[in-house]
Amino acid sequence: MNEDESLLRTDRGKAWKDWLWVLFAVSFVLLLGLSVFLGRYPQAGFLRPGQLRENELARLLVLNIRLPRLLTAALLGMVLAASGTVFQMIFANPLVEPGFLGVSQGAAFGAAVAIVFLSASAAAVQGTAALFAFLGLGFSYLLARRIRVGSWLLRLVLAGIAVSALFSAGLGIVKYLADPLRQLPEITFWMLGGLASITWDKFWAVLPACLLGLALIFAFRWRLNLLALDETTSFSLGAAPRRERSLMMVAAVLATSAIISVAGMVGWIGLIIPHIARRLVGSDTRRNLPAAMLLGGAFAVICDDLARMLIAGEIPLGILTSLLGAAIFMVLMARGLGKGVRV
Amino acid sequence: MSTALLSFEHVAFGYTPARQIFTDLNYQLRRGTLTVILGPNGIGKTTLLYMALGWLRPSAGRVLLENRPLDTYSRAELGRRVSFVPQTERQPYSYTVMEYVLFGRAPHLALFGAPGKADKEAARQALARAGIPALGDAYVDQLSGGEGQLVLIARALAQEPRVLLLDEPSAHLDLGNKYRLMQTLSDLRDGGTTILMTTHDPEIALTASDETVLVDGSGSVMVGAPAEILTAERLSRLYKLPQGALEIRASRPGLFLRPI
Repeated sequence: MNEDESLLRTDRGKAWKDWLWVLFAVSFVLLLGLSVFLGRYPQAGFLRPGQLRENELARLLVLNIRLPRLLTAALLGMVLAASGTVFQMIFANPLVEPGFLGVSQGAAFGAAVAIVFLSASAAAVQGTAALFAFLGLGFSYLLARRIRVGSWLLRLVLAGIAVSALFSAGLGIVKYLADPLRQLPEITFWMLGGLASITWDKFWAVLPACLLGLALIFAFRWRLNLLALDETTSFSLGAAPRRERSLMMVAAVLATSAIISVAGMVGWIGLIIPHIARRLVGSDTRRNLPAAMLLGGAFAVICDDLARMLIAGEIPLGILTSLLGAAIFMVLMARGLGKGVRV
Repeated sequence: MSTALLSFEHVAFGYTPARQIFTDLNYQLRRGTLTVILGPNGIGKTTLLYMALGWLRPSAGRVLLENRPLDTYSRAELGRRVSFVPQTERQPYSYTVMEYVLFGRAPHLALFGAPGKADKEAARQALARAGIPALGDAYVDQLSGGEGQLVLIARALAQEPRVLLLDEPSAHLDLGNKYRLMQTLSDLRDGGTTILMTTHDPEIALTASDETVLVDGSGSVMVGAPAEILTAERLSRLYKLPQGALEIRASRPGLFLRPI
């Protein structure tokens, strides 16, 4: 190896990468702090601290509406980014996200069923959505194993498309049967995603499942690396690949289904954020998972700030995340997927 | 301590009931040797290796590691004793060599653990023993074939195994890299690591192995010193070569093919 080559091969900016997460964490906390004061009441823009003391309504609004909504947005971004990372590792593919494998459509169908046929209580919607999210994933996985053409990736994508289509057909039927005045708007909210109706009750209802999933994934963050390797390789490294993959998948789907049961279908965060985190801090999930969680939380909070700020009404959150996410995705695609990313 | 590190006792294995690869395999891997498993393509060399790894389980008989059945070891226990270098490996993400070699520390860590300073030191030593001490900061997807193979070996060494299994490590290497690989492996053997590797290249068995295991499709194997096992007659029959195409010169270990 000559000198030029060795220079090329050396990762020069390594030390600062170890501290990048501190920057992310500080920016995230700042962003959260700022967002509490951001809104359209009493005036569009920032709330002055003085107004909090004087204006009773402003104080109530911040405490009972903005705060739970903000925390849910942060949780949403963290969960989707962490779950996206898990899926991209388990399937050893950077283009996978929970939505591709029938999870999102399954959850949407489950929620619609709960809204129309069961009591539309938060608990019923959350439980049914979670159940169908799991069913969607399991069905896609089993189907992919039975398909006889193409690579594992192609089979998974095909199975995911088929299962998602099945569930959206089911969703169509449920919508057709739904009460157009009471139930249909509630289902439509699902398709667009949004946090306008978040209350403390809803936040507390989904928090345990989200925290449990996130805690499991976070604790497992280094070992996630092993799950992206060939099965025989991770077995030889002392892992139990099938068992560990299932554990991580269940943790990811648990958290994802809980959060989308209150937030609706918010796309693209789970795909794009892990990707950006990988580019910024490297492929080791021990570093890029925490980075993805912080970036995902920040991305969701920014999108939600825009959703409630841009116009007098409310822009559905899913529209904004898709818009921004897809734009970023196109730029990344055009610039190549990054070092070592093969599809 | 017995000299047998791994023993296969009356092992049978087949991917389908109709096609049995092994019917009554009895073989003991001797501690401290570089042993080569030789045989034509598709005869069951990798199957034998996978059974030694515990990845495949025999349908009858048993495999013992240090006199204890392989399936009584926990996953981590086995990972600390047996390591494996696959022929090729898909690398979906762009890790640094150091990060990649650290994966070998997994069996030494708790389920929710991550490598620390001592593990980094172990990984550095593994890189040095594999002969690539300066490669730690390179990216695994930018290596040459020979370097890539050595990185996989370094990762396996980071497990600090009693036995190192390698599947066709020389298959994609040119002459020079093949030579350096075999040099590294025999250095490791001299350092006390027991090595069991497959190859379809009789020359490697003849020149580099302490013991040769010939998988000949009979349902078992032949084991012995390479010069005893590898006769021109036997190899010609096994590889379906025309008579006289193969000559093995006893005076200078080596194998020569001449076109006829």
